[in-house]
Amino acid sequence: MSDIAFWVIVGITVGSAFMVVQSKSLLYSAYALLFTFIGVTGLYIFLWADFLAVVQVVVYVGGILVLIIFGIMLTNKITSVNISHTSMQKSMGAVVVIAFIGLLGYMILSTPWLVLSNAEPSDTTRAIGRLLLMDYLLPFEAVSLLLLGALIGATTLSRKDT
Amino acid sequence: MDSLVNYLLVSSILFSLGLYGVVTRRNGVAVLMSIELILNAANINFLAFARFGGMNMTGHVYALFVIVLAAAEAAVALAIIINIFNNFNTINIDDVSELKQ
Repeated sequence: MSDIAFWVIVGITVGSAFMVVQSKSLLYSAYALLFTFIGVTGLYIFLWADFLAVVQVVVYVGGILVLIIFGIMLTNKITSVNISHTSMQKSMGAVVVIAFIGLLGYMILSTPWLVLSNAEPSDTTRAIGRLLLMDYLLPFEAVSLLLLGALIGATTLSRKDT
Repeated sequence: MDSLVNYLLVSSILFSLGLYGVVTRRNGVAVLMSIELILNAANINFLAFARFGGMNMTGHVYALFVIVLAAAEAAVALAIIINIFNNFNTINIDDVSELKQ
């Protein structure tokens, strides 16, 4: 049962990721990206990362995807019905990327990975919070400053000239 | 399903699809969406190595940082794309090869 769920989630993730890069319509790409994010959330749950799964839904689906859809809407004229775009050098890109997948797959399958024994933790938030406030306090503060700067910069950049 | 290799293969496919999008797409927003795919692939790798490396929580912290950086990057990139659209009236990144009009 769990096996079937895993492969269904993998199928949703990979299939909708393919739609994202392949779809003619930019809006369809954005909606396919929604399903990719949800599929990745499912993979996080399989990886026992419950907190990261919630963060993924809140930040990616609730924040970034909405931002991207706003970007699509704002960069197309209302009168132009066809919100589409073309790709270039598709065959060349496909050849290179398939070769790249082959290389990565060969590397992954031929490496003898050392898997440590592990037990499913009861919660991950406690450990993450402890790490964030003890071992990774400086990166944590730096990242919050960066986020503040990026958001102020984004508002300054995108407002109308005064 | 309970093996590291499965997760690594899924993440490498996601990464390659994102790379394909970055290389072939001409629309700025579409390139941004492909970059999000690449970041998600990296996150799956972090969490997979965390889970199969004895549930090492450092991977989770780094995945959290990646998500924060993705949010900041999306906000700034969309602001730049909207500015490009206002100045050039297109977001086809091949047509935007000059710093000013």
